[in-house]
Amino acid sequence: MAWKNTKTCVEPMEMTFLHGIALLLSYELLGEAIAFHLPIPGPVLGMAFLFLTLWLRRQPVPESLATASTSLLSHLPLLFVPAGVGVMVHGDRIAAEWLPVLAALIFGTLFVAISTAAVMAATKALWTQSRHA
Amino acid sequence: MPESDLASIWVYLSASPLLGLTVTLLAYIAAHSLYVRARQHPLLNPVITSVALLIALLSVTRTPYGTYFQGGQYVHFLLGPATVALAVPLYQQVAKLKSLWFPVVVTVGFGAIASGFSSMAIARVLGASLETQLSLAPKAVTAPVAMGISEQVGGLPSLTAALVVLTGIFGAAIGVKVFELMGIADDSVKGIAMGIAAHGIGTARAFQVSAEMGAFSGLAMALSALFSAAILPGAIGWLIGLGWL
Repeated sequence: MAWKNTKTCVEPMEMTFLHGIALLLSYELLGEAIAFHLPIPGPVLGMAFLFLTLWLRRQPVPESLATASTSLLSHLPLLFVPAGVGVMVHGDRIAAEWLPVLAALIFGTLFVAISTAAVMAATKALWTQSRHA
Repeated sequence: MPESDLASIWVYLSASPLLGLTVTLLAYIAAHSLYVRARQHPLLNPVITSVALLIALLSVTRTPYGTYFQGGQYVHFLLGPATVALAVPLYQQVAKLKSLWFPVVVTVGFGAIASGFSSMAIARVLGASLETQLSLAPKAVTAPVAMGISEQVGGLPSLTAALVVLTGIFGAAIGVKVFELMGIADDSVKGIAMGIAAHGIGTARAFQVSAEMGAFSGLAMALSALFSAAILPGAIGWLIGLGWL
């Protein structure tokens, strides 16, 4: 009978994934609890805390966490879909404001790409220069 | 089967979250296979195609978005843990950050502010409403974080989600050419700029150029999400308080 095999069926791999997901959810919960009074999204605080934890540990990422985060992040585009469909609610707004929106998308993105590349190139040159001086 | 039976099955199914969840996954699978068959053409980004498919389906069946979202929310919910999971690739690149921490931090800090306010300013000058301007502010930030910021500042998170995807597609399509025209050959510089301007979609493009550009782009994307979430809501709230917005 299948159910008798459950002990052997639960491979370490599956528990590893579960541990990783539980860890991610715990950090999200912690972030949400602290972000309650702050103007920062809870999951972002959770990410910051998780990064700090990993950084202070100074060891390779545990397998459970690596497994869970890789599986979630490899499907990241799918996770935007339900929210993206919500744009249908804003059909009238987009019809009325398509020009400023399109201009902000195109020229804003061009401006950011050019200006950040310039700032990075300049600060990197200064930084390497000052360290070799 | 008599038509009334079909209709009653439809009424029954459309009221359950199962239908919304299932069509979300099916639409994405179809969109993704189209994307792979078109050799990952940037204009066939699976998010755009599956969103378009689903909107067409909901419009034809006259299903309100709220009914669909009862099922869609199960996918949407995973954005939270996925945001937390971004800490993992960020940590894996910490060695690269160490030698260049100063230029990276300065550039990402500048980029978070420049990106937020340039898009708001352009939209404002061309007459966009305040809600639209606020929805545009986090457009270059990775989607789960951008939606959180949008909600915080009083924008429309679902509009922001669509704008983020469009920004990523545009940035990924033009970025490499722009850096070439600027005469920039350094992969760390190109990667940082790409990650700030076009988040994850730009990062995927950067990895096609080189592993180094991809790693720096991923680093810039994660740091920019942190900086933007820390800076934008406060800065925008302050401007609103001053009566400037």
